[in-house]
Amino acid sequence: MRHLLDTKTLAREDALRILDVAEDMADTQQREMKKLPALRGKTVVNLFFEDSTRTRISFEAAAKRLSADVINFSAKGSSLSKGESLQDTAQTLQAMGADAVVIRHGASGAPRTLATSGWISAGVVNAGDGTHEHPTQALLDAFTIRKRRFGADSRGRDLEGLRVTIVGDILHSRVARSNVWLLDTLGAEVTLVAPPTLVPQDVSAWPVRVLYDLDDALAEGADALMMLRIQLERMNAAYFPTEREYSRRWGLDPRRLTSLGADSIVLHPGPMNRGLEISAEAADSARSTVLDQVTNGVSVRMAALYLLLAGERDADDREDVR
Amino acid sequence: MTPQQGSGTVLIIRGARLEGGDAADLRIEDGVIAEVGHGLSAPGASVADADGLIALPGLVDLHTHLREPGYEASETVLTGSRAAAAGGYAAVFAMPNTSPVADTAGVVEQELALGEAAGYVHVQPIGAVTVGQRGERLAELGAMADSRARVRVFSDDGFCVWDPLIMRRALEYVKAFDGVIAQHAQDPRLTEGAQLNEGAVSAELGLAGWPAVAEESIIARDVLLAEHVGSRLHVCHLSTAGSVDIVRWAKKRGVHVTAEVTPHHLLLTDELARGYDARFKVNPPLRREEDVQAVREGLADGTIDIVATDHAPHPAEAKACEWQAAANGMVGLESALRVVHQAMVETGLLEWADVARVMSRTPARIGRLDGYGTPLEPGAPASLVLYDPSATGPFTAADLRGRSVNSPYLGRELPGSVRWTIHRGAVTVRDGELQELGA
Repeated sequence: MRHLLDTKTLAREDALRILDVAEDMADTQQREMKKLPALRGKTVVNLFFEDSTRTRISFEAAAKRLSADVINFSAKGSSLSKGESLQDTAQTLQAMGADAVVIRHGASGAPRTLATSGWISAGVVNAGDGTHEHPTQALLDAFTIRKRRFGADSRGRDLEGLRVTIVGDILHSRVARSNVWLLDTLGAEVTLVAPPTLVPQDVSAWPVRVLYDLDDALAEGADALMMLRIQLERMNAAYFPTEREYSRRWGLDPRRLTSLGADSIVLHPGPMNRGLEISAEAADSARSTVLDQVTNGVSVRMAALYLLLAGERDADDREDVR
Repeated sequence: MTPQQGSGTVLIIRGARLEGGDAADLRIEDGVIAEVGHGLSAPGASVADADGLIALPGLVDLHTHLREPGYEASETVLTGSRAAAAGGYAAVFAMPNTSPVADTAGVVEQELALGEAAGYVHVQPIGAVTVGQRGERLAELGAMADSRARVRVFSDDGFCVWDPLIMRRALEYVKAFDGVIAQHAQDPRLTEGAQLNEGAVSAELGLAGWPAVAEESIIARDVLLAEHVGSRLHVCHLSTAGSVDIVRWAKKRGVHVTAEVTPHHLLLTDELARGYDARFKVNPPLRREEDVQAVREGLADGTIDIVATDHAPHPAEAKACEWQAAANGMVGLESALRVVHQAMVETGLLEWADVARVMSRTPARIGRLDGYGTPLEPGAPASLVLYDPSATGPFTAADLRGRSVNSPYLGRELPGSVRWTIHRGAVTVRDGELQELGA
């Protein structure tokens, strides 16, 4: 694997390989000695143009448990906040000998630009770009769903026939996009539930059903319910009238929680707005996988970095650096 | 008007197919077409062998950004004029979004003088509609019209004249001197932060959508305003199927509306944005395949009157970055005729005589620019392009003659080749080579 930029173009076998290697990584994390020597001598740069402590420390933990050297390069207080271009930053990292760059950026497509520009030879991992994709989040979500469903028997399995319902701000969500493509690749049936204002204008090419009514969606049953974070500034752009109305129509309140099937699980990518898109009862219930997702995130990111850096690169993958 | 050039020299063009029709010779003398016929000769004349070449009246671009004054790192009047000549142009209308904005007689006269000094093409300034293109107060339109630049086209291009009252007043006011308002149709509220045509591709790429309705709703409003006050309206870079329908409807009603389409909207679609290569970022954005088909049909049936380039040079760093941070715009002067050849002539939608109409005659007429877009007849100014329709090959950086290289066509196969460009008797491109003038 040369880069991990999106799940749209991630083949089923590559996705399963990441999930299965993540299982191996998870096993090692049960040991007292969690650190593996796999990436000793490799340098992983966390290049964060947006604040995201959760994602950054997850990648940092993953790289460190594989014995890689980690450099954290954050926008605030660095040259990035002084208007340095992506090109100059990338070339600086290249000159420092980065083997992998984990990039979080507010602009959709920035990881692809970094990977295809010829500025850098390092592998690029997309840690969330604008409103485009967040592939490791989708992989950890899929890992979590699979683990809850199949437990120790997870390896090699996909999500064929599982019904996953994603609720919230689809329009601005990179988590939703990455999940839609990956879940479809793995055979799950995806339903999106959102206010019509928060669904992209044309999703005819997406392998999903779109519903506007959460109760209708829940009545049909769902094996996994994924609640997305709602950003309150959306109210000001007339996407929905008030917090209270959003919560009433699209929030997972205690009543809706009790209507879920016995085996249904509730995911949330965090950070949660308790009382808005998810009630405290739901967040703290046995169905909630929120903390599993955090734990699994480290395993999945270990797998991604390992597959990017530990394997021999194909000759074709070597690209000249301009 | 540009002084006549090339006086004293005689040029015989031998065997050119006039507007794609029958072959004839042209004798050019003292900056005019002196004679059209067969077997022409003149003592001491230089000869251009135009066997197999098509002669078109020198092209006229109603929509060019020359960036000077203010943004000389992207383009200057001289470099943009050279790019224009390389593309077969004899005249370009320069948009006013310079720094300072061309919203006074002084700035438009400066622009005119820079064009005259460069000499490659006639540079016809367009005046801003409102002071600073801010959409609040009318600029001194009359002063620009009465200036030496004789401005007849007014536009806030880059910004929409959004306030309906300001738009109405502008449309009315310019009737006093036969002016026209060229509107950049874009509802600003519907396009806040917009990055790409709103549709299936923007949904997948996570780029904020630029909906077709933001263009169409302004065009619909403007044609109704133009009808109400009996004024001339020109629609810049029309890009959607719905816009074609609205203009077609307005023309049926007798509204004095004209419309332009860019070469890139005739050929390229939003699918090209998938790699986030900012060379394909432009405003209005590349649209869907259905829109490309609709604007082609609109140009073929006369709903759309002209092709205009929206030549928009930007320095490399404005494009070598993430999509969202990149500047909108593409250079287009050097490639326009070849793109129209591919999109409209090879498809059978236009004949070469139609190309002469949409790329020379009608843009000159809309802009009230005398002495350009004239027929290839004795007595007419000698501004023409000789084009080889049989040439093929990729479009490359070597084809670009301006200061910027933000072309979406680099590496793409395009038919044809501009062999000669002549501006009022002065040869600006000779056998494919851009000439050094004033040497």
